[in-house]
Amino acid sequence: MSALIKGETGDWEIVIGMEIHAQVTAESKLFSGSATSFGAEQNTQVSFVDAAMPGMLPVLNKLCVEQAVKTGLGLNAKINETSIFARKNYFYADLPQGYQISQFEDPIVGEGKIEIDLPDGTTKDIGITRLHLEQDAGKSIHDQHPTKSYVDLNRSGCALMEIVSEPDIRGPEEAAAYINKIRMILRYLETCDGNMDEGSMRADVNISVRHPGDELGTRAEIKNVNSVKAIQQAIDFEVERQIDHIESGNKVVQETRLWDPVKMETRSMRSKEEAHDYRYFPDPDLLPLVLEDGLIEKMKATLPELPDQKKHRFMNDYGLSLYDSSVLIAEKSRAEYFEAVANDNDAPESAKLAANWVINELLGALKKDEKRLADSPISAEQLGGLINLITDNTISGKIAKDVFAEMYSSGKDAAAIVEEKGLKQVTDTGEIEAIVDKVIADNPDNVEKYKGGKDKLFGFFVGQVMKETGGKANPAMVNELLKKKLS
Amino acid sequence: MTNLTSMTMAEALKGLENKEFTSVELTQKHIDAMAQAKHLNAFITETPELALKQASESDKRRAAGNAGALDGIPIAMKDLFCTKGIRTTAASKILENFIPQYESTVSQNLLNAGTVTLGKANLDQFAMGSSNTTSHFGNVISPWKNQNSNNLDLVPGGSSGGSAAAVAARISMAATGTDTGGSIRQPAAFCGLAGIKPTYGRCSRWGIIAFSSSLDQAGAFGRTVEDAALLLKSMAGFDPKDSTSADLPVPDFAAAITGDIKGKKIGIPKEYRIDGMPDEIEKFWQQGIEMVKDAGAEIVDVSLPHTKYAVPTYYVIAPAEASSNLARYDGVKYGLRVDGEDLNSTYENTRAEGFGDEVIRRIMIGTYALSSGYYDAYYIKAQKVRRLISNDFENVFKECDALLTPTAPSAAFAIGENEDDPVKMYLNDVFTIPASLAGLPGMSVPAGLNSDGLPLGLQIIGRPWDEEMVLRVGHSIEKAANFTAQPQLTGKIAA
Repeated sequence: MSALIKGETGDWEIVIGMEIHAQVTAESKLFSGSATSFGAEQNTQVSFVDAAMPGMLPVLNKLCVEQAVKTGLGLNAKINETSIFARKNYFYADLPQGYQISQFEDPIVGEGKIEIDLPDGTTKDIGITRLHLEQDAGKSIHDQHPTKSYVDLNRSGCALMEIVSEPDIRGPEEAAAYINKIRMILRYLETCDGNMDEGSMRADVNISVRHPGDELGTRAEIKNVNSVKAIQQAIDFEVERQIDHIESGNKVVQETRLWDPVKMETRSMRSKEEAHDYRYFPDPDLLPLVLEDGLIEKMKATLPELPDQKKHRFMNDYGLSLYDSSVLIAEKSRAEYFEAVANDNDAPESAKLAANWVINELLGALKKDEKRLADSPISAEQLGGLINLITDNTISGKIAKDVFAEMYSSGKDAAAIVEEKGLKQVTDTGEIEAIVDKVIADNPDNVEKYKGGKDKLFGFFVGQVMKETGGKANPAMVNELLKKKLS
Repeated sequence: MTNLTSMTMAEALKGLENKEFTSVELTQKHIDAMAQAKHLNAFITETPELALKQASESDKRRAAGNAGALDGIPIAMKDLFCTKGIRTTAASKILENFIPQYESTVSQNLLNAGTVTLGKANLDQFAMGSSNTTSHFGNVISPWKNQNSNNLDLVPGGSSGGSAAAVAARISMAATGTDTGGSIRQPAAFCGLAGIKPTYGRCSRWGIIAFSSSLDQAGAFGRTVEDAALLLKSMAGFDPKDSTSADLPVPDFAAAITGDIKGKKIGIPKEYRIDGMPDEIEKFWQQGIEMVKDAGAEIVDVSLPHTKYAVPTYYVIAPAEASSNLARYDGVKYGLRVDGEDLNSTYENTRAEGFGDEVIRRIMIGTYALSSGYYDAYYIKAQKVRRLISNDFENVFKECDALLTPTAPSAAFAIGENEDDPVKMYLNDVFTIPASLAGLPGMSVPAGLNSDGLPLGLQIIGRPWDEEMVLRVGHSIEKAANFTAQPQLTGKIAA
């Protein structure tokens, strides 16, 4: 769903590539044994290596390598058996070594692709260019003192995976879908917690515009976009800025721009001319990273079912729609909940029913209460029990909604509520027939009119029967009997 | 009692073992010698109190029968090894007051072996230099004097000049050094010592202030080959904290000194006969060849065709790595800070004031070599040539067991000489650099004096991990040369 923008000089196409920095879930840093937990007191998770003391040397953390390989596999990407750590040289106060150990020409993961799910119910493939491992920098704090800046090195040296996409993204919605899917994959793999508000996942967005079919335009790189919403806002602003700029006769310059979430605008940070010359070269303190024989196979064996695999399985095995499947796989726990509900039922229609109940009723109710699925008052087994009562005709769908509300507030089982309140559906033909006869006898005028061609009155008779039975009569049987008696 | 500062380390170990003297006595004599020879400026930081404390603990260990391999031996530690609680400067202003909270692996290994630390030896700033004239703490003066112009102070060589001067002047029984392009071998030659740089990866680099990571390697100075072997044995070993350290057992190097090189093939690389090499060096080399021949070795003429590219290759790679390694000295975390108006001017002020000219020169060269647009022409090219130089050695070691060359193209020169032209200074390492680029073990042994009465050294280069062959050949030259000359300026107390 390429969102074309109408301009004075015709339609514009948005072209976006993203660089996502994902902090690797690991107990210790990429090249040191320091802890990595978020929110620790400043400068308490800093080793001599992280502080770049003289003579200190990096030693690669094997677990981070395994996490990168696992992530690469999750992105359907090529894993490079040999990769090389390189130094990216620049000076900054929160970069103790004066260089960042990263990977440049030979990253650990090469090309891959993922599928994103769009709001219109379609999917699209987005190419992954590469994934490489690198060290995070520390954090500069500028607002604590009028003339001084402070540096917190807790984050210095934490392992990051930089995931670079191809310029395949065509607008803010696709960008949001992309980052959501990447986050979902990382969370399924448990290689990054994906918490953007804690900074463990950050994105740089490369944006350019062009008339459809033209060559790629000149891009601007937007930094400091720290939520999915900010990414969308930044894209909206930047696209408009670039189009206005070009249409008023100027050229977009290649530069790095900063997103200002308060003023809701991007601002120039540095131009291409001012860009750093990072003087990359292979880090002589580290040997080339050669993956152990069998490591890739070993990591493959640890892979969980990935979001897209799950999505397609839900569609194929349960006959769910793409939309329902996408909603259910968005979180691993949600998909597991759904499957527990669905697998509790034998009826062929029960999976679709389970999907509807999970998505529309349960998630809706939880959302209203700002609760997470983990806090749901209704367990998967309990919801499965309710659906069983529907599929075996014990209660109707309409009654089920009342039972659900009762379950949600009391935490009781569906069967107990049905029993307690006598909500069991009436399926005794004789009993229903007697009521049908009574309703027909009580409403001779309407019977007359119905027979005279006023078909719509059929609903009136159904309603009357239901009213007499307190909603418990089996609707299909009511229909059948009424049709017979009124003909 | 025998003169405690004149004996070799091996002799001192026997004396300690036989209770002829204590480590405290041995150490005190060396502390006295250190005071006597202060004008040589061999140390940046002297630690006599620590030394005596360590010596007394050593005596207790020995009395209890727990003596380590080098227990009680007073040594000098090049001030490039970080030593816990002891100022470590790299001879720079930027680290003038830096006190590490950790001990380098090599110095820790030596402490574990029981050595006594007399102090932190002077060196060229950040190990950059071949004359020990770039130290922020002043030049080191060689204990040797030119017999034909006696009043000139000579350089001890560099960068490990303080270590070499201390051992030659009988201040210290042995000393650690580091060698990036010749920083152990050339000062060993200038000071009449045995100095060995082992194979790259033999000693851990953890805790050694980095100059050029792919070349830096720790090694040992002794007044004999055996002493150098003993010290190296206690320094070396695998260290998981250094990813380039080799997980190999450390042989008993001293045991390799059998005196027998019969039938060994000694290669003589023709490319080391460089233009403008003084006749006396050529003659001296020839004498060395005769010595090994007399010892029963076979001489093989070999070719290392890429030798002439070694110095320019080195002066791209070493400065490139240095420019990055020294970026951490920025005034932010430790060391000197010279405040400016903003972060960038603080960097500029700190580094301009904290680094000496030679260090700044190499940072500039290295930054240039890595810059976009020049990287391929310099750094990548240099890496390719480095590979060719390595291949040259690999090829000749199919035909011979070790190579024999002069260590340096001249004897020690006067302080101030060669200062006008950095390239002239760089050529001091023309014979030592190729083995560094190939990561090979190399050692210099004293084998005679020149016409000015100054020591000359011969270099032996071996196969990777074959320090034993290097030591064995070195020892047989030592034996043949019977080098007994002593420098004029020592810390010896008149008896």
